[in-house]
Amino acid sequence: MLTLLAGLLVSALFDLPPAQIRLPVFVADHLAESGVRHPVTAVLLNFRGYDTFLEVVVLLLALVGVLASGLPKDRSPFTGNVLLQALARHALPLMLLAAVYLLWAGAHQPGGAFQAAAVLAAAAVLFELSGIRTSKRPDPRWFRRITSAGVLLFFAVAAAMLGNGALLQYPPEQAGFFILLIESGLTLSLAVNLAAFFLLRSTEPGDAQATDNEP
Amino acid sequence: MSSGLLFAIVGCLLFVFGLGGVILLDHLLRRILAFNLMGSGTFLVLVGLAQRDGTPDPVPQAMVLTGIVVAVAATALALALARRLHTGASNPPPPANPTCRDDRHA
Amino acid sequence: MTLHLAFDSLLAVILLWSAWQTLVTPQLDRAVILYIVFGLLLTLVWARLDGPDIALAEAALGAGLTGTLLLDALAALRRKGKQPSRKPSEIEP
Repeated sequence: MLTLLAGLLVSALFDLPPAQIRLPVFVADHLAESGVRHPVTAVLLNFRGYDTFLEVVVLLLALVGVLASGLPKDRSPFTGNVLLQALARHALPLMLLAAVYLLWAGAHQPGGAFQAAAVLAAAAVLFELSGIRTSKRPDPRWFRRITSAGVLLFFAVAAAMLGNGALLQYPPEQAGFFILLIESGLTLSLAVNLAAFFLLRSTEPGDAQATDNEP
Repeated sequence: MSSGLLFAIVGCLLFVFGLGGVILLDHLLRRILAFNLMGSGTFLVLVGLAQRDGTPDPVPQAMVLTGIVVAVAATALALALARRLHTGASNPPPPANPTCRDDRHA
Repeated sequence: MTLHLAFDSLLAVILLWSAWQTLVTPQLDRAVILYIVFGLLLTLVWARLDGPDIALAEAALGAGLTGTLLLDALAALRRKGKQPSRKPSEIEP
C-alpha cells in the first residue's frame, strides 16, 4: 500500500503545469524597501514576520513542555576527557565570534538570527559536555527569563509598529534597524531556548550520574 | 529533469518512508526518527517543487528554515515525553514545598 | 545526462539509502548515527538547491542538535533498561 502511495505522489509531481505566480519576482521587486539586502532574511523578518513570531512562541511552548516532563536535578558536572576540554577551549571563542558574524551578515548574505542561534546553542552544549569547571552553576530560571524576553521583545517591536497601521508594519527607512534589533534579541533568546532543550532535560530518579569516563 | 524536481521526488519517497516507519515500527525512538524523516521529506518537496525551473525561491526557503527549527523543538519535546514514559512513574514527583513557590529549582 | 544531474542523482540515492537504513537497521545506536549521516547529506542537498541558509541551519540543528538529543535519549533509555525494576510502592498514586 505504501508503494502505491509513493507511486501516486511521484506521478502527481510529473503532472504539474509551470508555476503561475512567481514569488521570487515579487520579493525582488520589494527587496529595496524591506530594509535588508538578502531575500531570505527579508522574507523571514519582514514579508512573513508573523510566521517567525509564532515560531518563536512555539519554541517557548516546547521548552515549557520539556521542563514540565521533569526538572533537572543538580548533577555532578561531566568529567569530560582532556582532549575534549582542550578542543573546547579553542573552539568556544571562535564559535561565539562566528555566531556574532552570522547575525550581522544575515542582512546581506546567507546568515541571520537562526543560524547564529544554532551556533551559540552548539557552543553551550559543547561547554557542558567538555566538563569545563565554572565557579557556580547557572540558575535555570534565567533560561526561562531570557527565552521569554526574546518573545516579548519581538512582540513589543511588532506592537510599536501598530501606529503605522498594522502589527509589524515597519517604516521603510528604519526597517533595517528594527530587523536587526529583533534579530539580536532572537539570537540570544533562541540560543538559550535551543540549548535548554539539552541542558535542562530531566534526569529521572534512579538515573546514574553522567560521568563520562569513556575513551 | 531539473535538480529541483529530482529532489522533490526524493522528498516524496522520504515522506512515504517516514510514514511507513511511524505506522509499522515498534520502538518509540525509531518512530521519532521516522517522523523526522517525514518532516525532511516535506521540506524537500516544498523547496524542490518551487524551484523546479531552476531559479532559487526565497519564500519556501524561509518556510523550511522555520520548519527545521520547529522540528528540532518537536523532537526535543517528543524525546522528553518518551523518557518520561519509560521511567514508569505515573506523575512527575510532586514539588517539595506544598505552596509551590518557584524559588526552588530542581 | 549532465554532470550536475549525475551528481544530484548519486546524492539522492545515498540520501534515500541512509534514510532506509535508519529505519531498518536492528541496532538502535546505529540508527541514530545513520540519522546524523542523513542530516549531513541533506545539508549537501540544500546546498545543491541554492539554499545556503537552510544548509547552515540543517547542519547545526538538524544533524547537530537533534543528534545530540537523540544520543542522550538513547543513553538514558539504555541506563533505564539496566536498572532493576522499581517496586510498585515507589510509584506515586
